Amino acid sequence: MQTVQPRSLPLRLPRVRPGGVLPILAILAVLLVLVGIRQPDFLAPQSLMSFLGRSAPIILLAAGQYFVIVSGEFDLSVGSLVTAQVVVAARLIDSDPARTWPVVLLLLAFGALVGLVNGLITTRLRVPSFITTLGMFLILVGAVYLWSDGAPKGGLSEEFRRFGRRAFEDVPVLGRVPYALLVLVVLAVAAVLLMRSDFGRTLVAVGDNPRTAELSGVRVWRTRTFAFILSGLAAAVAAILLGGYSGVSFQAGAGLEFGAITAVVLGGVALGGGRGAVVGAMLGALTLELLFALMNFYGVSGALRSTVQGGIILLAVAVSATRSSSR
Amino acid sequence: MSALSLSPARRSVPGVFVALTLTLTIGWLVVLLDGGQLFNQSTTVSLLHVAAGLGLVAVGQTLVILGGSLDLSVAYVISLSTLVAAETMNGSDGAVLPAIGLVLVVSAGVGLLNGLLVTRFRVNAFIATLGVGLLLKGYLDNGYDGPAGTTAPSLVQALGYQRVGPVPVSFLLLIAVTAAAWFALSRTRFGHHLVAVGGDPEVARLSGVRNDRVLVTAHVLCSMCAGLAGIYLASRLGSGAPRVGTEGLYDLESIAAVVIGGTALAGGRGGVIGTVGGVLLLASIDAIFNQLEVDAFFKQVIRGVIIIAAVAVYARRAMRKAA
Repeated sequence: MQTVQPRSLPLRLPRVRPGGVLPILAILAVLLVLVGIRQPDFLAPQSLMSFLGRSAPIILLAAGQYFVIVSGEFDLSVGSLVTAQVVVAARLIDSDPARTWPVVLLLLAFGALVGLVNGLITTRLRVPSFITTLGMFLILVGAVYLWSDGAPKGGLSEEFRRFGRRAFEDVPVLGRVPYALLVLVVLAVAAVLLMRSDFGRTLVAVGDNPRTAELSGVRVWRTRTFAFILSGLAAAVAAILLGGYSGVSFQAGAGLEFGAITAVVLGGVALGGGRGAVVGAMLGALTLELLFALMNFYGVSGALRSTVQGGIILLAVAVSATRSSSR
Repeated sequence: MSALSLSPARRSVPGVFVALTLTLTIGWLVVLLDGGQLFNQSTTVSLLHVAAGLGLVAVGQTLVILGGSLDLSVAYVISLSTLVAAETMNGSDGAVLPAIGLVLVVSAGVGLLNGLLVTRFRVNAFIATLGVGLLLKGYLDNGYDGPAGTTAPSLVQALGYQRVGPVPVSFLLLIAVTAAAWFALSRTRFGHHLVAVGGDPEVARLSGVRNDRVLVTAHVLCSMCAGLAGIYLASRLGSGAPRVGTEGLYDLESIAAVVIGGTALAGGRGGVIGTVGGVLLLASIDAIFNQLEVDAFFKQVIRGVIIIAAVAVYARRAMRKAA
């Protein structure tokens, strides 16, 4: 899927950020208006803050996925990685508050390690990332079930869970600001800064045309491996927030990889790499979450959610694809 | 990656069969030491049954992957097909043929939608087929909570359980479909065009191939193969099952089987014979582990490792060849 394709003019290199954020902003605005009409309370600071807090994990996963996708690869392992992290955390913490911080550090290291392995197998052994991360998906799911004999054990400490469910109370104007939202804001700013740094430009160049990047002295394998590590780290943070918010289950991360990829694509990022902004990817995730909230408000049955989701994704991507090809 | 190789199917076939022979030999020895018997009637039959279901899907998947596309909606097409088949038959032997016809029409329709999204609307195949899969998932989740409909007894008998010696009829069906796909790929214009489109779409277009038409055809055929797999599963289970496709991980496993069989995920290189080898390899590993009573979760870990390792070996060989 993403081999060396001599795509269009290589002279596109200097234009590293051809935006693409506007369409997703427009969709987001329309959804906000629709939500506002149906459920004006939703736009009150209080509920908006908690909505943003709830959406933090998927937004972070989308940012992580963005790094991998813009460099020309895929990461299908993040959903299973989130599940594995949550289950591992519960078992290791075993409801003992003293173990909270060591386990948090361990989870981050574990996420980075899985990303490193994904990256090295993809770049050094030349296995397509679709297959690498699919294999990793099977391995992680199998391993986590195996390790816990088929049912999650132990429990998360209250200390651990506060990241995902607590908030700063009585903040002026905003009311209640979830810790998760704070984590999200800090990491989102870091992601944007990272994309503006040399590394960010290199990452996009690698995705746009790996051959050219290689010839201009970039170590493509190193850059891509680093992107996978970032995705693994994002999954670790998402797991910490999700575990706190919704607790331990084998379903904790189910389907999140497709959710994240969808969000990234909705945000105007091209699969195959080289085009799109990290802000777009994060807005894509926010849009997707808002869409689900909207469907709730309009009483769409839970079962039909995926149909609406599928329809909107196809529509959005088809419209943007036909527009960009007619230019 | 060389865009056009003259004998796309031949080169990568042996690898997977060497691996298959090795696996079966080692598996046979290990099972023997464990005090069991790998090749008795019942294990062989169940191995071939597993292979038939996955194989039908994987052969179709091979066609789209060869063309540089892929299909993530097959799991939902399978579930949908079991329901369409079982509900149309509703237990009556007279309705078998109309039911099969309807399944093929419905699945072809899904394939057509996939194909048009990928070609006319230029949606990335990953997103297009994922989106279509979500559309179908919503329909299935909304309409069905559990098994529905009844497969006609004659079909259950014929396709689900009938066999010739140790070979189930369903596996013979797989052989027939594989033979047809092999013929289409290596002896017809469609096949050559498909490989050309997968190898380099631009070169293919400039050489006068109608890329869109070829890819749409491949998608329709792929979905119809998934429809056949659905009919087989309906006859095996006796009713329609709204989650059978996703629970069997038919989408990802079929892609894995194709790639283990030596077809390049980027398209343009590979063939259906290798895919059947890949399917048999996955099914054999399953059978061996079942015989050894290995934990189901451990099996999945090993499966993941094997998929990655197999592709790494191919990549290594391709690199050496290029050097």
